[in-house]
Amino acid sequence: MGSSGQTVLQYVPSPASVSAKVHPLVIFNICDCYVRRPDQAERVIGTLLGSVLPDGTVDIRNSYAVPHNESSDQVALDIDYHQNMLTSHQKVNPKEAIVGWFSTGGVIGGSALIHEFYSREVNNPIHLTVDTEFRTGNASIKAFVSVGLSLGDQQLAAQFQEIPLDLRMVEAEQIGFDVLKPTIVDKLPNDLEGMEATMERLLALIDDVYKYVDDVVEGRIAPDNKIGRFLSDTVAALPKLSPNAFDKLVNDSLQDQLLLLYLSSITRTQLSLAEKLNTAAQIL
Amino acid sequence: MANTATRSFLQVAVTEEATPPLRVVQIEGLVILKIIKHCKEFSPALVTGQLLGLDVGSVLEVTNCFPFPIREEDEEVEAEGANYQLEMMRCLREVNVDNNTVGWYQSTMFGSFQTVELIETFMNYQENIRRCVCIIYDPSRANQGVLALKALKLSDTFMELYRTNNFKGEKLREKNLSFVDIFEEIPIKVSNSALISAFMTELEADIPVTQCDYDRLHLSTSPILERNVEFLIECMDDLSMEQQKFQFYYRNLSRQEAQKQAWLQKRRAENVARKNAGEEPLPEEDPTNPIFKPIPEPSRLDSFLVTNQIANYCNQINGVAGQSFSRLYLMKALHEK
Repeated sequence: MGSSGQTVLQYVPSPASVSAKVHPLVIFNICDCYVRRPDQAERVIGTLLGSVLPDGTVDIRNSYAVPHNESSDQVALDIDYHQNMLTSHQKVNPKEAIVGWFSTGGVIGGSALIHEFYSREVNNPIHLTVDTEFRTGNASIKAFVSVGLSLGDQQLAAQFQEIPLDLRMVEAEQIGFDVLKPTIVDKLPNDLEGMEATMERLLALIDDVYKYVDDVVEGRIAPDNKIGRFLSDTVAALPKLSPNAFDKLVNDSLQDQLLLLYLSSITRTQLSLAEKLNTAAQIL
Repeated sequence: MANTATRSFLQVAVTEEATPPLRVVQIEGLVILKIIKHCKEFSPALVTGQLLGLDVGSVLEVTNCFPFPIREEDEEVEAEGANYQLEMMRCLREVNVDNNTVGWYQSTMFGSFQTVELIETFMNYQENIRRCVCIIYDPSRANQGVLALKALKLSDTFMELYRTNNFKGEKLREKNLSFVDIFEEIPIKVSNSALISAFMTELEADIPVTQCDYDRLHLSTSPILERNVEFLIECMDDLSMEQQKFQFYYRNLSRQEAQKQAWLQKRRAENVARKNAGEEPLPEEDPTNPIFKPIPEPSRLDSFLVTNQIANYCNQINGVAGQSFSRLYLMKALHEK
């Protein structure tokens, strides 16, 4: 009996921890495209652009929608449009390459075809689904890669397997984040207001810490050594300066700032003076 | 019998002419993110891009944007740039994005954006579009925790003056135009579709403290202030150069006047002599004499721009200094605890 005992349906384990990072711009773009889709389309399909980081994670940075035609059993993408947009985007940013595609709504039968099309463009594309209809009751964004199912030596089918997704935000975007969350914001916060908000947050944090310490001391909460150690490290991080030295430091900085303020006020006065002289002078 | 509630068609057509002044620029969150991303990726190089949207009454809505590729100084790239723009607009039209140009955005470094090129670009745009706006984003201030986004528009009086290219002192006095009147800053409103808000609230947990808070509380501001003051000094140099030009002009003008007077005296004396001798008096003016040539008055445009720039730097310094004060007092209070 030469045949092997049992053939087991096995799937090749996914390539070592591929995970994806998505910039919020991509989500915004997808939502915007969804809101603007033509009336008869139920979902939006498009291309994802980005790069692959050296440690294997895929960094998704940009996206654009591609018009498509959908009937009950077929999905057809406008490939010319896709190519045109790709060349246009690459003129601005040559480092961004195709890393996958997105669609709103869940994974459906037609997705496999589209996925195959994209795998011709790039190796192991990522498929991002954005659930804009909130079917599960909360917003879900999932990323999938295609994993091959094989029976012995034969490739049977491909399966979409979910990979971990990380929503990443760069600092500059985070500043704007408070501004971006609500539906409408009346004006952008300027420097001092931002400062105020930050200090309020810091105060809230300090209050929390106080409460925690009080609770532990009175025995209401079981003390956690790690937190305690962390707290003592933080408090010890305040540099040990004699009050005189500290006062001197602070006063010096204050004086520098005041000097600059004075300088800028003088400059402004000078400007208005020069202005008057320039336009008011007449030769009679 | 005319019903006072309904207006005749003619009346409506007539009142449509008055366009309400632009009061607010309403930007979508998507556009802000795109601008931030583009400017930050290419910083410190300066980049530009196009703004698309709709012009509705007194609100200018900006709903999308796309970046321009960086142009090398090449002849043939002009056509390429135009092609790129057309291509992008066409593609965006296909996905139902508003493709009316409503302006452009550009990044700047420490607020030094007020140049003649800006004004020229404005004039170019203004010829084709009725209302356009320029958004300036300063990526260097993002390190201080500030979203430095400004919407600018040229003021109408300034535009008229620029068209006639007439910057003499008289005209400016007439219109009562000072250097702050060149650019008008328009308040920005941010709007987002409900879908996006829903997504954002779900996905980002309310973290008590974010990275930008750390940046704001950072004590060392000296590099930023130093750069600002450096720029300020350079601008002052420019300003003093402009001032000298004016001084020179006025000195020349007064010298010319004196010469004219002297010549006139001589002519009059001659004429008296000739009258006595019974000859024709010579004309009192001599257009061929070089002292009668009017000296061109130097344009004040540059000095205006420079002054504007300086004012900007001063404002920035004030802002940063204000922040530092708060920080220093905070530190003091903490230390005493």
